[in-house]
Amino acid sequence: MSIYLSIIYLIATVTFIVGLKNLGHPATAKKGNLISALGMGLAIVGTIVLTENEISPIIYGLIIGAIVVGGIIGWVIAMKVEMTKMPELVSLFNGFGGASALLIGLVEFNKNIGVAEADKASAAIISTIISAIIIGSITFTGSLVAWAKLNGSMKDLRLPKYNLINNILFLILLAFAVYIVLIGSDSSLLIYVLLVASLVYGYLFVAPIGGADMPVVISLLNSLTGIAAAITGILYGNMVMLVGGILVGSAGLILTFAMCKAMNRSLASVIFGAFGGAEAVGTSTGKSGGTIKKTTASDAAVLLNYSTNVVIVPGYGLAVAQAQHVIHELEELLTKKGVSVKYAIHPVAGRMPGHMNVLLAESNVDYDKLVEMDDINPQFPNTDVVLVVGANDVVNPAAHNDPSSPIYGMPILDVENAKHIIVNKRSMNVGYAGIENELFFNQKTNMLFGDAKDALTKLVAELKNM
Amino acid sequence: MNQFIEFISQNLELIYILILAIFIGVELIKNVPTVLHTPLMSGANALSGVVIVGAIIVMLQSDPENYLALGLGFVAVVLGIINVVGGFAVTDRMLQMFKKKK
Repeated sequence: MSIYLSIIYLIATVTFIVGLKNLGHPATAKKGNLISALGMGLAIVGTIVLTENEISPIIYGLIIGAIVVGGIIGWVIAMKVEMTKMPELVSLFNGFGGASALLIGLVEFNKNIGVAEADKASAAIISTIISAIIIGSITFTGSLVAWAKLNGSMKDLRLPKYNLINNILFLILLAFAVYIVLIGSDSSLLIYVLLVASLVYGYLFVAPIGGADMPVVISLLNSLTGIAAAITGILYGNMVMLVGGILVGSAGLILTFAMCKAMNRSLASVIFGAFGGAEAVGTSTGKSGGTIKKTTASDAAVLLNYSTNVVIVPGYGLAVAQAQHVIHELEELLTKKGVSVKYAIHPVAGRMPGHMNVLLAESNVDYDKLVEMDDINPQFPNTDVVLVVGANDVVNPAAHNDPSSPIYGMPILDVENAKHIIVNKRSMNVGYAGIENELFFNQKTNMLFGDAKDALTKLVAELKNM
Repeated sequence: MNQFIEFISQNLELIYILILAIFIGVELIKNVPTVLHTPLMSGANALSGVVIVGAIIVMLQSDPENYLALGLGFVAVVLGIINVVGGFAVTDRMLQMFKKKK
């Protein structure tokens, strides 16, 4: 490797570290992203230009063609995607990275087929190649399943005893990989069997996990892609891949734990527990007794109009209905009428931690109006009206007072302390946790049924007439 | 066992780098506010696209007559660059929205 290329890789590695560091603080995040992007560009261009081998023009043409084609595709998707679809997009991109690692592994394994005994790759090299194939495959199919689930195009799939099946399959996979390394096989049949088994495992690994836990899974798979990149880095003795990959691997893992903590879930229960699906519905009792009070847009508008302070609790339903712009209109209208309005942001509101902040920022909501859970909770007793839009489990008092509830112990927004509560929901259906919410049967609660966008638009219209 | 010791002695520098990189990654992300989890995940995802460097090396090392290797390498480069460009672009778009208000 030319010394110039080594220096470029060194610079790129430093930009990755500085970039990640800056990404962790709100004020510098954008700069951090640009710094890493610049370093990545440098590493890519350097790899192509500074190679020491004689390269035929055809290969150069193909590489540049691939970069142009893929670059345009990536750019267009990134520019066109709606902000509500962000989590599934990250998952899709991540799957592509995994696929890239697995293809590299395949090519490298193929190079070893049919060469003379003396020229064969060492066991250490074969094990890196095989690890790249296995990890790349698992992240590829796993990410695609996560993508399809967040998309709504795939339902949870739980085979009977799926945990046992998955764990056994994983052990078989490992044993098989060790076997291939030990016998020093160069059989392409064996490697394709391993490939298919890894792809199937990636599918089965993510398939039973509920949609609510998907962000954690995506973060975990992201970490795995980093590890796959680092392994291929070892293969080529390439420092920028090694360090870059390991950074993503460890940072991704820490982020995964941080997300679990925000949701009050352990990683083990995300992977092995069937939370947020059919099974939870059957076992939970919940307090479903009592009657609910329905309200209309005009009544709700009156209530909001004559209050001094209002707290809006946006949830996943708001994101689905694309109602982030209408809610901002409502907030501005109320502010103009002299009502103080704030947003209470639960750490996992939306589809993943921080997602709701992105959505509200998109519709120009003032950053200062977004209040985090721990800061807003003491303010609820002095709040006249809480408007819950499409949120359910994050405002369920069962998390405080029902030890048998699957969400018991989860930090929630204590909206039941407010003087009045308006809940906008499409129906009485349960949330991700699959349990009833006693908040809806609370004396103080008025239910405003309907799609978040429609209901809020009506509310805005009523308020304008007052 | 001998093989294991030999592996360590031959790759000592690599192992140092590996361990230090793990700690750097942990330290960098440790105290990140929840607000930034989504952009951070997206940004880290773009970084994991560094695997594209390997895909390019695969193509550079391929024999021009080896269509299988070139084909797989081509697909690997396309997928890798989608990950990189898309990842950075989408992270930038997300962060852009935070910035406007300040």
